[in-house]
This record gives sequence, C-alpha cells and structure tokens, in this order.
Amino acid sequence: MFYREAGDFKTSYVEDGQTFPIKFDRYRYYAVLIAAFAVVPFIINDYWVNAVFLPFLIYSIAAIGLNILVGYCGQVSLGTGGFMAVGAYACYKLMTAFPEVNILFHVILSGGVTAAVCVLFGLPSLRIKGFYLAVATLAAQFFLVWLFNRVPWFYNYSASGQISAPERTVFGVPVTGAETAPWAAYLFCLVFTVLCAILARNLTRGMAGRKWMAIRDMDIAAEIIGVNPLRAKLTAFMISGFFVGIAGALFFAVYLGAVEVGEAFGITKSFLVLFMVIIGGLGSIFGSFAGAAFLVLLPVLLKNVLVGTLGWPTDLAAHLEFMIVGGLIVVFLIAEPHGLAQLWRVAKEKLRLWPFPH
Amino acid sequence: MKKTIFSAAVAAVMAAAPALADLTIVDTSYRTGPYAANGIPFSDGYQDYFTLLNQRDGGIGGEKINLIECETGYNTEKGVECYESTKGEGALVYQPLSTGITYQLIPKVSADGIPLHTMGYGRTSAKNGKVFEWVFNYPANYWDGASHAVTHILDQNDGDISGKTIALVYHNSAYGKEPIRTLEGLAEKHGFNLTLLPVDHPGQEQKSQWLQIRREKPDYVVMWGWGVMNQVAIQEAVNIRFPMENFIGVWWSGSENDVKAAGERADGYKALTFHNIGSDYPVYDDIQKHVVDTGNAAGAGDQIGSVLYNRGMYAAMLAAEAIKTAQEMHGTSVINAAQMRDGMENLEMTEEKMAAIGLPNFGPEFKVSCENHGGNGFGAVSQWDAEAGEFKLITEYFQSDQEVLAPLIEEDSMGFAEENGIELRCN
Repeated sequence: MFYREAGDFKTSYVEDGQTFPIKFDRYRYYAVLIAAFAVVPFIINDYWVNAVFLPFLIYSIAAIGLNILVGYCGQVSLGTGGFMAVGAYACYKLMTAFPEVNILFHVILSGGVTAAVCVLFGLPSLRIKGFYLAVATLAAQFFLVWLFNRVPWFYNYSASGQISAPERTVFGVPVTGAETAPWAAYLFCLVFTVLCAILARNLTRGMAGRKWMAIRDMDIAAEIIGVNPLRAKLTAFMISGFFVGIAGALFFAVYLGAVEVGEAFGITKSFLVLFMVIIGGLGSIFGSFAGAAFLVLLPVLLKNVLVGTLGWPTDLAAHLEFMIVGGLIVVFLIAEPHGLAQLWRVAKEKLRLWPFPH
Repeated sequence: MKKTIFSAAVAAVMAAAPALADLTIVDTSYRTGPYAANGIPFSDGYQDYFTLLNQRDGGIGGEKINLIECETGYNTEKGVECYESTKGEGALVYQPLSTGITYQLIPKVSADGIPLHTMGYGRTSAKNGKVFEWVFNYPANYWDGASHAVTHILDQNDGDISGKTIALVYHNSAYGKEPIRTLEGLAEKHGFNLTLLPVDHPGQEQKSQWLQIRREKPDYVVMWGWGVMNQVAIQEAVNIRFPMENFIGVWWSGSENDVKAAGERADGYKALTFHNIGSDYPVYDDIQKHVVDTGNAAGAGDQIGSVLYNRGMYAAMLAAEAIKTAQEMHGTSVINAAQMRDGMENLEMTEEKMAAIGLPNFGPEFKVSCENHGGNGFGAVSQWDAEAGEFKLITEYFQSDQEVLAPLIEEDSMGFAEENGIELRCN
C-alpha cells in the first residue's frame, strides 16, 4: 500500500541496478534533496545550524568513511578521531599557507592528505586482523593526537596550541570564520555530504566495493577468486581516510572554528563515530546517516525536553541523557543487531506487502 | 530574498527578546564530566550571588535577574550548543570557565556583539582592548599568574634565582600551554632553567612526569592543572616527598578538592589567587539568610565558602557591578548586551565599592579601560593549612612583571588582529 510497486517495471539492467529501484523511494530521495537544498537554507538560524545540522552532516561524512572501512571491508578501526585530526590540521596548514586558494580545494586536499596517512596506518592490516588491528589503529589515534600536540609546526607556533580558522569565502560568501551566515555554512557542508554519499554509494556497489565485501566475508576465499587483498584493504583505508579527512576539515573549519586536538579529536570521537556506524548499520550508507542522526540529535532533543520543557536541573538532565542514550543503544543492539538501517529495511519489506503479508 | 527573510526572523527574535526577560545571565556550568568537582562550586557561587540580589534587593536597579543554566560538561561542542541556544534570550555576558570554549566563543561573541568575561583564564592577549572589543579578562590572566609564581619564588630567594630549575607541570591543552611563553621570557630575564612536563587530559596518568621530577630534582614545581589532574599531581608530589612549600599551583589548582585527597602531607602546598579566601565576610551572612535559609541555594548548597565558590561569587559580583555601571551610564535599568559591554569597559573596582557590597578587601582594586580589558594584574599567594583544613593568604596582592608581559600581549594580540583583519579601536 505504502510502497506501490504495481506498474513500476524495469526494462533494462541499468534501471534494475539503480540505487533506488522503487519509484516511491526515489521520489522520496528527490524530495529530501530538494528540501535540503531549497527549503532548509531559507529557514535555518544560528541555533539549528550549529546545534543540529552541521554536526549531523559532518558526522555523517565521518560515519560513511568509517563504514567503508569497518562495514564494507571488515577492518576494525579505532583511529577515526586521529584521522579527523589529520584532516583538520591539514586544512589549517593549507588555509594559512595558501590563503589565495579556494577553501573548497583545501577541504578536498585535506581529504587526500588524510587518505595518505590512513594508508600508512593501514599497512599493518595486511598482517593482522580483528581486535589486533583495532589496537594498531588505536595506536594511530594516540600517536596522531600526541604528534599534533607535540610539534609546534602543526599549529603555527601559536602560544596556546590551538588552531583557529581564518575567514575564507566561496563565491565571495564567507563559509569559515565568525561572519559566516548560517545558510552558507550549512550549504557548504551539505554539498560535501551529498557528494560524499553519492561517491561512496557508487564505489561500494561497483567493483571496488565487491572486492571489499569479499575480503570482509572471507579473505582467503576472496584471494582465491582473484581479489588482491593488499590492494583491496589499502584502497579501503584510502577511501575511508579521504572521507574522514573531509569530515575532520569541515569539523574544524566550518563547525567549531577553533580546535584543540586532545579535546576535539580524542579517543571519545573515535568511539562516537564507531557507535554511529554500529547503531546505524554496518555496510550501509543510509545507516551512516541514521547513526549520525541518532547520536547527534537525540542528546540535543533530550536536553531540550528535560531542561527546556520540563525545567529539570541541568546536571540531572545530563546524567539522565547518558543513561537514556546508553540504554537505547543497548536496546537497539539487542532488538536489531544490524542497526537502524536493517530496521528500516525490514519495515520497508513489510510495508511493500501490507496489508497482505504472506 | 534569503537575507530579507533571515533578517526579518532575526528582527522578530530581537523584538521579542526584551519582553522575555529582565536581565538575562547565562551560567554555562559543568556539573558532570571529569571537571565536575571544580565546576560545581564555581557554578553554585555564581548562581547564589544572583539569587541573593534577586531575593534581597529585587535584582539590580529594580530589574530582576533571569538566570539560565546550561550544562557544557567542559566540552567545546556542548559549549557552542549552549551559547547558540541561549544567546537569543538576550544574554548579557558569558563566562564559560573553560579556555577551550573561550577560544570557540571569541569570534562568535565578536560577531554577535555579546561580551565575554574570562576571569583568570581564556586568551591572555584579550587584555588588549584595542583588538578584542568584546572580550574581557580582568582582574588577572594566565601570564600574570606565571609572573606571580616567579615573583614569589624570587622573594623567597632574595631576588636571585639564576641557575635554579623550575619545572612546569601543565595540562596538555590550550589552557596549560598558555603560560609557557611567559615563563620562557621570565627564564631569560632571571636566568633560571625551565623544564616542561605536559600531562594529557584528563590528567590521572602522571607517573612518568613525577618520576622525572624525582630524578632531576627541580628546585620548584609550578602547576597548571584543572580537575582531577590537580589531585593526582599533589598526591604524586606527596608520594615522592617533594617539599610542598616549593610546589606552587596556579589559581585553578588551588581549591580544597585538590589538596584534601592527599591528606596531612599536602600541608604547605601553595596556590596563587586573585581574590580572598574564606567565608568571613558580611555578604555570607546575607547569603545564609536570603538564599540558604529560604531554600534557594544552588546545587547541594554544601560548597559555601570554598575557594571555587568564592571565585564563582566573585565572577557574579563583577558582572553585577558591570551591570550597575552600565545602568548608570545609559540611564536605563533594562540594558542590552552592547550596553553591558560599555559597563564592563568602564568598570572600576575600589575598596569602598567592595566594602559596600559586603566583601571588604576581597579582591584587588582595578580599573578597566578601552585599551586595557585585563585589569592591573594583581594577585596573591595562598597556602594550604592541612590542620585547619583551609587555604590562607600568605602575601599581599602584588603586581605581575608588566615589563615582560606587555610586549608579549602586544605581539600576540597584534598577530590576531592581522590574521583576522581587525581595525584597532580606542584612538
């Protein structure tokens, strides 16, 4: 009923293989895109952009990046915070060293730098797997944070060790710095999020993605059927690093504007993004968005309800927030270990058959 | 089109704001997280003072104070969220009590036109009002603190500390790194050696740093810590039997929370301060009568008179005095953020004023001006008396070494102005 498929015929392989094969899904997707680009920028204000939209968009990119590595290629990584820091610091160094270059290119280049660093730390993945690899990437997390704290070159020798984003513009509109209009920051991040999602979606359903999934499911079998594990694993690290680096650059330059590496890119950030991926659903682009939305929006919503509406003490609300979010995570993972994406997938299946289930 | 809708929305919010509240003050507190032990007393003091003004005097200049609390957890992202969610309510001033959040907010408040008061923390070079129009850090800043510690050590050694070694144990963040530049300048001037020992957030792990101190035996240890880091450092110092009177913490490392855990042996530990200590002031009788006894005390109400409670109250008192100044200047009792800024810029704290409030000799006298947003840099040294269970002031208020600090502040703030294309004020 809700998902009418009657009359939705496919007459070619291209049509059959599209991202949203069901018409209803496809139109919903277009509607979301139109709303995101043409409606939200007009009604957005400082609060919504800084508390809700920017973190959601930026964490979505990071979650997509990590999902490629963990969800699609099966390489557990706890180094996301450190890699985001690489993106942020690369962006900072580029912004200050080449002020005449457009910030768009700096963000993309920061992704490239992070991809290179990520490949470097991905090398152990050729020998070790699972928990051992998680520990190796954990080392990357601590090493990178230590490095950015230790070497003054990275923060241009500033007294406090903080990096802060100078004002940069796109088509004459500032997108970083204090004078940024909410809609400009939002659109800037939205463009990156949409492009990253489309890129990731197409990579994961192409040859590269099939190789990753083969490695994830059984690496020896994959090798026998002709997948080069070295290339598959390292490309996964590279692509993942690229996305995570872009997320880090946007997180620093557009969202926060000033960053202290230990505080902003500490181990908690790695866990946060990993939780997003797990709750959202491993191996799903939609899951990355769902997970980011869950972990970004829920605390803000709870805070507004508990403190804003009910008027409870802030410390009580903060503690309750931890308990509720934590509890929900546990419940979710017990009820649906494959995350929100799987929940959605099942719901969709049911809706397609409704009201006549088998 | 986009702009008109947006500015119409902003105008609607602006028009609605004054009707919402009288004088809105935001307390961006942290009662959770690794720094909660220090965040709670500060926030309690901050709130209790405003509650006192509401209960006893009916607010300031006849206007009630509308206090909004927002929990940051010492986390910069949450701090930004708090700022964005409260600024529309007509907040007069922000005091985030976190250097990280301060750095986030400096560009934002400058764009939004809301004053930021970072008392004894934040960006030191914000003292230069020519560059930082909306940021204030009176009565003292980190670099003053670094200088106070060295001056105190100089006094102990008859003015000669060449060849001595001072170790700086610091929180490895913007906050902890802030004094390094000054200490390097002072080391050059006075000829002492400086050893830098960073401790990573949140600071429980300090074994290797104290092992190094034990091995190298520096003559003095200066500490820039916050939260759990302080407790651990003092405990470690006790463990290696470092002479406590040679161990000096900055003002953020000198509360009861920090020393009590280490027990008797912490006796003699020194900490800097820029306000007085204890609860032997007339204003505390009023707080007891109007706030505690009426059941309006913030938090659990068990922090009254502690060092950080006093500091929170002092911060609130300075804000209240700035509001009074602004009300007098503009001839209106309902002031906005821009008028509040004028009030802060023309604030003058004198002994008579403080005595009239019920806090005689509580803090140093200072005067804020257009060029100088940081006061005169007076501070004192306090010492922990384990037996009495309290800190005691052991020196008078003395001024920091302006000869070393002034050029550093000039250099750093001018760098900021150049980076951000800021035109200098106060001409």
